[in-house]
Amino acid sequence: MFIQQLSVYIENHQGRLADFCALLGGNDIDLSALSIADTSNFGLIRAIVSDNEKALALLQQNGFAASLTPVLAVSVADAPSGLAAILQILREGGLSIEYLYSFMRRINHEAVILFRFDQPEPAAKLLLSRGVRLLSQEEIAS
Amino acid sequence: MFWNKPIETMKREELERLQLERLRATVRRVYQNVPLYRMRMQEKGLVPEDIKTLQDVQKLPFTQKTDLRDEYPYGLFAAPREEIVRVHASSGTTGKPVVAGYTQADLQIWAEVVARCLGCADVDYRDTVQVAYGYGLFTGGLGLHDGAQRVGAQVVPISSGNTQRQLMLMEDLGSTVLACTPSYALMIGESLRDSGFDLTRLKLRKGVFGAEPWTEGMRDQIEGLLGIQALDIYGLTETMGPGVAMECLEGRNGLHVWEDHFLIEILDPESGAPLPDGETGELVISTISKEGMPLLRYRTHDLTSILPEPCACGRTHRRIRRLRGRTDDMLIIRGVNVFPSQVEAAIMGIEGIAPRYLLVVDRVNNLDTLEVQVELMPNLPFDEVRQIERLEGQVRRAVEQVLNLSVRLRLVEPGSIERSEGKSRRVLDKRTLFN
Repeated sequence: MFIQQLSVYIENHQGRLADFCALLGGNDIDLSALSIADTSNFGLIRAIVSDNEKALALLQQNGFAASLTPVLAVSVADAPSGLAAILQILREGGLSIEYLYSFMRRINHEAVILFRFDQPEPAAKLLLSRGVRLLSQEEIAS
Repeated sequence: MFWNKPIETMKREELERLQLERLRATVRRVYQNVPLYRMRMQEKGLVPEDIKTLQDVQKLPFTQKTDLRDEYPYGLFAAPREEIVRVHASSGTTGKPVVAGYTQADLQIWAEVVARCLGCADVDYRDTVQVAYGYGLFTGGLGLHDGAQRVGAQVVPISSGNTQRQLMLMEDLGSTVLACTPSYALMIGESLRDSGFDLTRLKLRKGVFGAEPWTEGMRDQIEGLLGIQALDIYGLTETMGPGVAMECLEGRNGLHVWEDHFLIEILDPESGAPLPDGETGELVISTISKEGMPLLRYRTHDLTSILPEPCACGRTHRRIRRLRGRTDDMLIIRGVNVFPSQVEAAIMGIEGIAPRYLLVVDRVNNLDTLEVQVELMPNLPFDEVRQIERLEGQVRRAVEQVLNLSVRLRLVEPGSIERSEGKSRRVLDKRTLFN
């Protein structure tokens, strides 16, 4: 139900994001979704990658503070109001979103949005009960 | 365990009688052989015969670190070149280093006091001592080496550096004791943890760490990471090297000063007036048995106090409290006295934070600014902006509370603060001072 997302702390230094991407790329790790939260002091990278354990070990050995975070990959109709419908379900269920970002490519002609909730389990149950499709780690990786 | 029980448990009156006898001999020696001391004593109208009691040490002139630089390299030596068998030098951060000379007898005494220190840690001929202090001009490596050899331990003179090799030999040779700086011990421990090394493969049981101030929090960390008991050893190149004082396993509270070789005073760092037992002041040491380079009333700039109560271990040599900082490490920021070790104590134990920090002091528009950089652990505990900001706030408040100053706090990436295999750099002072 949940998929693993890579979370990485980076300082605001020029070239630090490039270091991150080069490290993964140089080790044949593919990025399929990426978002960066930035503040005046630091940035947080959230990424969906092809090999979580390998990426985590590599990053930690190379001076990054990193961890894996469970998120939901939600299938959303690639049409007007696709995302709005999902958000409406969440509003009705009284659930708040920590953050969300979108997948780079479509899967089975649908858009994929990644959600992080402060209450992950109830959010997953609610979405499933309303017929929303959640993607598995395998589907994301394929 | 005692290395030299008769001396270590000597009655105070006897010990003081011995101290007086040795102090008087030392004063005669430097008066005859060291022009600087003769001149300083003559300025005060003193002759060696004026030293009649131990309290008379207060009549003697001080020795400052600048005296050692001014008299570089041999000016304070009290023995002829033919009798000096070794020199050491402290790393001078500015200009010339401080050079210390040792006669055969000095080296014997040094090995003796380090042997007593190892006894305090229950180390003897059955142990394998891995000496990961730097070897060379620095006194740490050879000082511990000679002492460990004196107790009959198997010595592994690996010196500092190459942490992977340290771990490999520690396991393969079955080292039971590690001797190095506490910051290097921490680095070895972290490397052990990060490589997922199984502690049961090591026989390590004791650590003898010194050459820089460290806190109880750091002791807990090192003991946890390495699965050992860690003890503090004190000394300085000027007065000999490591081995001036040592914590005992029984007390783990304060360091016994080998008073048959070192006469100590605690003075007000400003006025130079003596302070009563228990009060914190500057440690001043007179060496009373050295031949090569005896020093009268050397101003160590180390801050400590005397613990007058008898120790559970039975040693009669008085203890000094673990050093809380150096008068010359002290930073004055916006008029507030700041010791870097206070920061370490404040951040120790906060989840997600490594015990690595750097104080960056600058002056912007005539106002001092203090930025404290603290390292994150490689395992990020959470991934939301507000949680990281909360952690930042928690660390900042902890630091501000102990320093009594507002600071700018930066959480930096793991490993970005310079690692050391010797002493760590904890301060970067970028201020240019104008009067």
